[in-house]
Amino acid sequence: MSKIPDAAVVNAALPSGRPDEEHLLEAHGHKDKMGSKIGMWLFLLTELLLFGGMFLIYGIYRYMNNEDFHTAGQGMNTIIGALNTVILLTSSLTVAMSITALQKGNKKLSLTLLGFTIFFAVWFLVNKYFEWSHEIRSGIYPKSPELLNRSQGEILFFGLYYVMTGIHGLHVIIGIVVLSFMVSFIARDRVTSTDYSKLENAGLYWHLVDIIWIFLFPLFYLLR
Amino acid sequence: MADHAIHGNYVDFYDEQGPHKGVLAWILSTDHKRIGLMYLIALTTFFCIGATIGVLMRLEMLTQGRTIMGPQTYNSLFTLHGLIMIFLFVIPGIPAVFGNFFLPIMLGAKDVAFPRLNLLSWYFYIGGGIFAILSLFLAGGPIDTGWTFYVPYSLRTGTDVSWMILAAFILGFSSILTGLNFITTIHRMRAPGMGWFRMPLFAWSIYATAWIQLIATPIVGITLALVAIERLFGVGLFDPALGGDPILYQHMFWIYSHPAVYIMILPAMGVVSEIIPTFAHRTIFGYKAIAVSSLAIAFVGYFVWGHHMFSSGMSDTARWIFSLFTFLVAIPSAVKVFNWTATLYKGSIDLKAPLLFVLAFIFVFSIGGLTGLILGALATDIHLTDTYFVVAHFHFVVFGGTGFIFFAALHYWFPKMFGKLYNDRVAKVAISIIVLGFMMLYFTFFILGYEGMPRRYYDYLPQYHGLHVFATVGSWVMITGFIVMFANLFYAFKKGPRAGMNPWGGMTLEWTVPSPPPQENFEEIPVITHGPYDYHAQEEAKEKQEEFNHSAEDEK
Repeated sequence: MSKIPDAAVVNAALPSGRPDEEHLLEAHGHKDKMGSKIGMWLFLLTELLLFGGMFLIYGIYRYMNNEDFHTAGQGMNTIIGALNTVILLTSSLTVAMSITALQKGNKKLSLTLLGFTIFFAVWFLVNKYFEWSHEIRSGIYPKSPELLNRSQGEILFFGLYYVMTGIHGLHVIIGIVVLSFMVSFIARDRVTSTDYSKLENAGLYWHLVDIIWIFLFPLFYLLR
Repeated sequence: MADHAIHGNYVDFYDEQGPHKGVLAWILSTDHKRIGLMYLIALTTFFCIGATIGVLMRLEMLTQGRTIMGPQTYNSLFTLHGLIMIFLFVIPGIPAVFGNFFLPIMLGAKDVAFPRLNLLSWYFYIGGGIFAILSLFLAGGPIDTGWTFYVPYSLRTGTDVSWMILAAFILGFSSILTGLNFITTIHRMRAPGMGWFRMPLFAWSIYATAWIQLIATPIVGITLALVAIERLFGVGLFDPALGGDPILYQHMFWIYSHPAVYIMILPAMGVVSEIIPTFAHRTIFGYKAIAVSSLAIAFVGYFVWGHHMFSSGMSDTARWIFSLFTFLVAIPSAVKVFNWTATLYKGSIDLKAPLLFVLAFIFVFSIGGLTGLILGALATDIHLTDTYFVVAHFHFVVFGGTGFIFFAALHYWFPKMFGKLYNDRVAKVAISIIVLGFMMLYFTFFILGYEGMPRRYYDYLPQYHGLHVFATVGSWVMITGFIVMFANLFYAFKKGPRAGMNPWGGMTLEWTVPSPPPQENFEEIPVITHGPYDYHAQEEAKEKQEEFNHSAEDEK
């Protein structure tokens, strides 16, 4: 395979003794920023496809039950939906600013901005909690007698609503955990102004959570 | 290669002293070679479980009516056979074991791009396997839906569907992370000078596979998760009573599960492309065509899922489009087969066990591929849908394809992985018995199916009796072959003679490192100056080296 004749490769491949520890450390400690970014983008692609599957199901059921989806959409609280959209968009801004702050060496500002991001994320979930509990109180939840009395399209609409916003909510929670780890990493200088690819990747994940919501919001709250 | 003497001058990865000892040195290791071997142990175990279940099913079909089990047990067994073989053996299969062990070495790298993530994938795999086994002993009893989890039955049955789905979901995650890791590894870790078209073909096939793993798996993951959510919370998603559409479920399922058969077969084709040049001692014919046809199969494979549903309710337009695309897959597949046979032509063939396996594969896989066209044609498919013909086709391509090549790869790389040589003659005898049993068992299925024997049935009409007996005897023959094969390898592992660095005269990078390889594979990262199967260049280099040695001697 190599142009070097066999014997030469053999000699090169044979260490004279055990590789010393430094050598090992260097190999394992070596960081490939580009590599970790490629890995992160590939992971985001799978997340998009995961939600893509659900968007596909939504699209087909909406096509099959257009009237019912229209009726069901009337009951959604657009104000909370819009508020949550603003909250998530702002949190995406703060996480991006946090990365820039760290790149410029301002550790304190970076931590503050991350704190804001987590605060927004929690706020989003609190709103979601009130929204869901309002619907559950009015008798709309899976298997409820109230919902089973409605048309099949409406059952599907609310089924998809709970599942899609629920799985998105799960991603928000995962995002909070990831961002909290970043706070601790920055505080303990494991993520620094020269080695920030972990924070960048966490930021990318948070933008994904945001962008999925950007599509969920019109599908459930605005399309009527 | 007289390198027996060299052994001892280096520390191989088995003897390397890490921070942990005993079992921990394995299950906490991020070394791609150890992870590959851990996959090998787990996969072989699951293969043996799945094969045992298969033999039991054949035993049940020996006579009409009840032979050794009741109908409910039979339903559970064919479901488990499918789930274990597909999700725990063939899908992880070659990439998880041989991809992990050899991809980095073949690229001239010290490890994969994300070693810790690699270990995590293994844990997900084991976790999924444990959940799958656990689901058998829970309240509902073993799952009986068939491996496809078709709704509405999977929503209504009292058996433990949700646990098995959770297992499949976790296994999918493992598959995704492995794919992600391999793509990044191939993009970032190739040795200097190794351009895309200087990569070994095995790496190409792993690359194409990894993309399918990445793009298709999330869809089935979410679809199965939705079935579990629907079962647990009663959310209306696929249940027709709540407005859902079972056909939509089938589409969502096959959007993944058809590309998944290319996850199974592409790495096998990559292994074949390695074995053939090595044992023909000849450069592979049509390197680029083989490399690109892997990608073509992966791409076209996305647009054929509907051929699993020709009889489930679809418009005629959709059916003929899916049928057309199905036929198109045959083109890149045939390109590979022709290139392999062209490589053998005028080669100096050394018929060792791995090559014998490959030849058996080409024969069996061609039958499987061509009968696939019969099923892909609309008119004939209507007659053959849900018969033993489909079962036969599937086992010819998946077992005769991926299964055979998994074991071919094991025989090809065994000396490198364990540093031992096995008895070639015994291996060949084992292969012959396996192929004989295989043909008795599965070719009979073609005839049974053509005559109308439906699949997944616990009982059958008297006219099928003779053929069922013949097939069952075939299953015993095949199992005997596998026992001989495993015994031979186990003996070699324990007492086999030391393998040299390059027992077959292979040209790819893994044959330039000692067997078994040292911890970091290469002392110095190699520099690549030409393609992977350049036997011509090797000859020249050898001559030059000899000339150099002569002149050195003369000077003395």
